[in-house]
Amino acid sequence: MFTEYDPLKDTMLQILDCSGNIINPKFMPDLSMAQIKEAYNWMLYARIADIKAVSYQRQGRMYTYPPNLGQEASALGSAMALGKEDWMIPAYRELAAWLYRGVTLKDVYLFWGGHEDGGKFSNAKNIIPPCVPIGSQTLHAVGIAYSLKYKKQNSIALTYIGDGGTSEGDFHEAMNYAGVWRVPLVFVCQNNQYAISTPRNKQTAAKSLAIKAIGYGLKGIQVDGNDFFAVYAAATAAAKEVRSGGMPIFIECITYRQGAHTTSDDPTRYREKEEEEIWLQRDPLKRLKAYLVQKQEWHEEEDRKLQSQYEKEIEEQFAQAERHPYPLKDVFQYMYVETPENLRKQHIEYEKFLNWKETQKWQ
Amino acid sequence: MPIITYREAIRQAIDEEMQRDESVFILGEEVAQYDGAYKVTQGLWKKYGSERVIDTPIVEAGFTGIAIGAAMAGLRPIVEWMTFNFSLLALDQVVNNAAKMLYMSGGQIKVPIVFRGPNGPAEFLSSQHSQAFQSYYAHIPGLKVVAPSTPYDAKGMLKSAIRDDNPVVFLEAELMYAWQGEVPEGEYLLPLNKADIKRQGKDITLITYSKPIKVVQEAARQLEKEGISSEIIDLRSLRPIDEETLYASVRKTNRCVVCDESWPVASVGSHVAWLISKNCFDDLDAPVELVCSEDVPMPYNHTLELAVQPSVEKVVAAARKVLYL
Repeated sequence: MFTEYDPLKDTMLQILDCSGNIINPKFMPDLSMAQIKEAYNWMLYARIADIKAVSYQRQGRMYTYPPNLGQEASALGSAMALGKEDWMIPAYRELAAWLYRGVTLKDVYLFWGGHEDGGKFSNAKNIIPPCVPIGSQTLHAVGIAYSLKYKKQNSIALTYIGDGGTSEGDFHEAMNYAGVWRVPLVFVCQNNQYAISTPRNKQTAAKSLAIKAIGYGLKGIQVDGNDFFAVYAAATAAAKEVRSGGMPIFIECITYRQGAHTTSDDPTRYREKEEEEIWLQRDPLKRLKAYLVQKQEWHEEEDRKLQSQYEKEIEEQFAQAERHPYPLKDVFQYMYVETPENLRKQHIEYEKFLNWKETQKWQ
Repeated sequence: MPIITYREAIRQAIDEEMQRDESVFILGEEVAQYDGAYKVTQGLWKKYGSERVIDTPIVEAGFTGIAIGAAMAGLRPIVEWMTFNFSLLALDQVVNNAAKMLYMSGGQIKVPIVFRGPNGPAEFLSSQHSQAFQSYYAHIPGLKVVAPSTPYDAKGMLKSAIRDDNPVVFLEAELMYAWQGEVPEGEYLLPLNKADIKRQGKDITLITYSKPIKVVQEAARQLEKEGISSEIIDLRSLRPIDEETLYASVRKTNRCVVCDESWPVASVGSHVAWLISKNCFDDLDAPVELVCSEDVPMPYNHTLELAVQPSVEKVVAAARKVLYL
């Protein structure tokens, strides 16, 4: 696969077309119908959770949120390539991947609601909390992959980055080290075409992002990021290769951020409606659903039923997050493994201040 | 008791900890085959091999970030920055990731890591290679910052730093590497949060840390000739600061000079001066004096470079001022 889709050839791996047809059977991954349905379900769940997150933010019940709409296949397809003992090192726009990894939606809502408990991701194994400083997580991923190699574990690491992140020094340093140290690591770049308002062509003069892998001695591939099968096939092949000691692999998923960069952004200021409509035709969920419907494995009726079931589940997860308390002690207790005396005193002083404040009349 | 150099004390600490715990490894520029730019890692590569003593490409942010990742996954990396002047390139990784990971993961992900190397003014290194950056690190919640001034302290504190589950910034100095001191054979550990009284006295408290300790010790000898008894406190730990030891001394002497080779604004020295002014206000017989570097980049010319740093004469002058002599 990586020879056939060498980035120098400037071709993109696609398996599922926009109408739900398999156009590249050679690379169609070996998945049972149950697994494909499961994948669709996860993507649907992530999508509803994502849309609801934006609406909760709009209602003033949650803080700034980066929508994932339209990128579900890139996130889920790559996450499904990992085994239980493997590591996931997120950026911040891979909701479907985190959920698949076992992170509860309650934790996700807590995280974006500003609660440190949200970063615990306690239900999931071997996943780092989201990394908001752009690109720095790719270096952690190299370190984590190095530790797996060092401990002679047969596990691998997979990290995410966006198209904008590929301009950061950290990303280039990570690619460089990953190659020099030959660590078991897969880079997944969700090229969603925009870094806030900056389009892909202002990010780099390179023909593709995948081509960047070549300069560091890595393998690269460009895949249709809205095609679940293509992402899963490439990620699975990459995982297999790095697990067996091959060079790290960089996967560029060509996708589209249908929503805003975050809830603080308004994309109508910098992109055309026509462009958005083109990408709606390529929507990852529509395509996978079309495939399932064609195979007579799925019906609109089932889809609607599942949607309303998920809506209820998701609302319950948010309700739990919304009830979660925000005690002052949290900001002090997580600073060090054991709280130093000075910090403990600061906390006590602050509690005293709060008690005093309660007793005063404020106008 | 054997007398060894500061450099050898650090080397022994790293060696012993690597021997003791397989998850400890060291990485940085020139640390392996070349034995370290300042020969601190002498012989370690030969002993432990390329998996545990790693020469990195010249990218400080890169190997710092990688080490942070390795620490998240359970290893105990020691990052050697050739000097702290180069650590600026890695500052984002230290501040935004190492120092915050435990907090942002709700206490789940520990980052047991040591960032070490020479910091502060050296000689003939000019403005970009001869700077004191301890205040940058001491400012950051989530880090521990230590700056031992003797081989004994360096060894015991580095061993503790390597075993600590929090990120520790460990500050050495080029000009201290050849300093000698007694270090016992056999294992010992020193705490990362305790100051040390390096000289007992009753008339004035002189507070310092790291390389200026010798300047302060010489100043104390000069003052003694005038019949003034100085107590010298070596902070050793810059974050957290062992406040009680400082206050106990100042409550006894009622006078205090702080000597810090940083620039004066928002420095560890200025913070200590403020702490004492605030907490020992009723005990002080004079305002606290701060002896620090002049507020200018380090000159290359040797006469000028010495002129802008704390000196014995400057410390004596400050002491005389708070003693109203």
